[in-house]
Amino acid sequence: MFPIISFEWVWDMSHIVFMGGLWYALSVIGMGMTWCIIKAVVDTCQGNAAGHHH
Amino acid sequence: MKEEGKHGKANKFGMVIDLDKCTGCGSCMVACMSENNVSFKEDESDKRLSITWMKVYRITNGKKFPDAEECFLPRPCMHCEGEHSGHSPCVSVCPATATDYSTQTGIVSQIYTRCFGCRYCMAACPYHARHFNWWDPVWPEGMEKFLSPNVSPRMRGVVEKCSFCFHRYQLAKDKAYMDGRREIREEEYQTACTQACPAGAITFGDLNNKNHKVYKLVKPDNKHHGKPRNPHAFRLLERLKTNPKVYYLSSRDWVRAAGDNYTVEEKRKGITSGSGSGH
Amino acid sequence: MDSALIPKGVKRCPLPKFAIGISAVGAVLLWGVFAMLLCWFKGLNQTNMNDYYGFALWIWADLAVIALGGGAFFTGFLKYVVGKDELKNIINYAVLIGFVCYSSALLILAIDIGQPLRGWFIFWHANVHSMLTEVAFCLSCYFGVLTIEYLPLIFENRQVDKVPFFHNLSHNMHEIMAVFAATGAFLSFFHQGSLGGVAGVLFGRPFAERSGLFIWPWTFFLFTWSAAACGPCFTLLITKMTEAITKKKLVKDNVVDLLAKIAGWMLFTYMVAKIADTVYWAMVTTPENGFAIGEFYSNWFYNYWWLAAELGTGAVAAIILVTRAGRHNKFSFVIALISAVICVCLNRWVMVLQVMAVPVMSFDTWALYYPSWQEVATTILPVAYGIILISISYRYLPIFPQEHELNSVE
Repeated sequence: MFPIISFEWVWDMSHIVFMGGLWYALSVIGMGMTWCIIKAVVDTCQGNAAGHHH
Repeated sequence: MKEEGKHGKANKFGMVIDLDKCTGCGSCMVACMSENNVSFKEDESDKRLSITWMKVYRITNGKKFPDAEECFLPRPCMHCEGEHSGHSPCVSVCPATATDYSTQTGIVSQIYTRCFGCRYCMAACPYHARHFNWWDPVWPEGMEKFLSPNVSPRMRGVVEKCSFCFHRYQLAKDKAYMDGRREIREEEYQTACTQACPAGAITFGDLNNKNHKVYKLVKPDNKHHGKPRNPHAFRLLERLKTNPKVYYLSSRDWVRAAGDNYTVEEKRKGITSGSGSGH
Repeated sequence: MDSALIPKGVKRCPLPKFAIGISAVGAVLLWGVFAMLLCWFKGLNQTNMNDYYGFALWIWADLAVIALGGGAFFTGFLKYVVGKDELKNIINYAVLIGFVCYSSALLILAIDIGQPLRGWFIFWHANVHSMLTEVAFCLSCYFGVLTIEYLPLIFENRQVDKVPFFHNLSHNMHEIMAVFAATGAFLSFFHQGSLGGVAGVLFGRPFAERSGLFIWPWTFFLFTWSAAACGPCFTLLITKMTEAITKKKLVKDNVVDLLAKIAGWMLFTYMVAKIADTVYWAMVTTPENGFAIGEFYSNWFYNYWWLAAELGTGAVAAIILVTRAGRHNKFSFVIALISAVICVCLNRWVMVLQVMAVPVMSFDTWALYYPSWQEVATTILPVAYGIILISISYRYLPIFPQEHELNSVE
């Protein structure tokens, strides 16, 4: 699962494409949520109430 | 193993079972269970729950007396090589790399402590050579003292199968190393079923070594995935391209034909030879 | 009693009545939990699975709920990526149903594996060549996405929304929901496909084996396609059932019609592809392996009726859903939704259980199996859990944006 750490890891096309796709998706989800949480903390501290969605 | 690959020639261990000699006595099954610490239950009446690394099938030609014939067919794990090295039906699907194909020995291994029991390999194996530990392994009181110390017993919830008595290979390698040799001799590594067969129906050895009996018996065409050149030799389900390393010998046409599946059209045309000519 | 938690402007049944209903379903849930604990503590000997049926009822249930939960990714894809904005009125429910389906699928997998405590090995010791690895990775990641999509709904509960942090977080999550939805669609494409690949790559099992494109057997694409077609049908069916139970209109007809029409065309094209695949498999792949397809359907239980039922229900649903008259007739519309759900469930059934049943070695025999009560109970468990989660969510969260408008309380 992890390059270098996992002994099953091989630097071949299968591992790079498969794990690359996985880590890419995880990064997008992780960064998205991090942005949401940090912005929510900042907004809350500054006392800004976001508008209503929809 | 990597060292060996650099300096020595890769082995391809395989088995040849002469069905004309097999009497169906079941010694191979008993020897296998005993050698490999296969657990058992009080009630073994449901054979689909029994762990049998080596299982003897009884097949018939479907004819009535006086033309009725039967044949016993021992089935260990086929240690399939697949179309390209290691693409066995089971190895290719295991999600946790708990089963592996060794290009150094040709043996399909099973890592019990890594298997988490998804059973995908069992679904993939057309030979039903893989067995699941539905129960905790238990032996009658006192019997556990007689288990082989060279083979680890398997826990509940994992898959197990024939290993071609891999521990014997390791012991033979150790001995050869102590003797200052790189290669092991043919007689040094033999499976328990091979040695137990009273009829001498099972032969085991290196299919890459022209001096070994298994090679001489089937004359595998290693350029064509080890297809047998002996017209009396065949492999089970040759057409599925699993490329097993277990070969069968039979002088009887119907037995060789039973090794694979053929359409009505093919049967009409007589394409039912067991040597993989179905393609 | 709990009116402070109920969304503004909508009416809900009295709490005691709600509690009685939840308790009744809760009893079924407990029965399932008991069976689950038996399987975990005593092992899989509690099931009727055997060495011929390594994959059985659970794996079918797993594949079926994932296909039915496909409404979430496809509706999300249509709304956030394609831009069908009307679907915002049903997306919440699609997400909730998807969340129920995917959490159920993960729970079933956790019960199904022989060594549940080693479940993480599938990630740690991943074999990237196995379809099941792809399933595990994408399924878990997509469940994360569904949780992210479901969370803002919880934050919109009247009381939770009063907390500034949750209000802001919910707002922010809505703002970039398109990114999550697109990632979810990407992950779903692969795990739905990989589930098809699980069967399609079994070259030792001629009933399942399919040819394909590069490393992907045709079942890879067919599974994604059928999930995108039948998943929304399941979302619509549950919506209609919810409307019938609550005796309220919850989603406007134009929204239902749009999703049904798109699902209908997806199903129509899927059926064409499925029939083409079946013909090629029957005429080319199967004879190459030495079988005639008649042999696959020669059992008293597994006969041609299975194939006819699968193709028949799919065709009926597709034809009704692509025609305006079919969609607008209440009766035929519901028939179409039910047929689509049955079609995909039958497909998953044959691709799991019939694969195990068909003998491959010429001297082998058909293997039939019936599930134990523990298997049945653990399969019903997600249904009970789903009913409870949907009921609670419907009661306390603003799932249907049009509910207030369609049912104004005097």
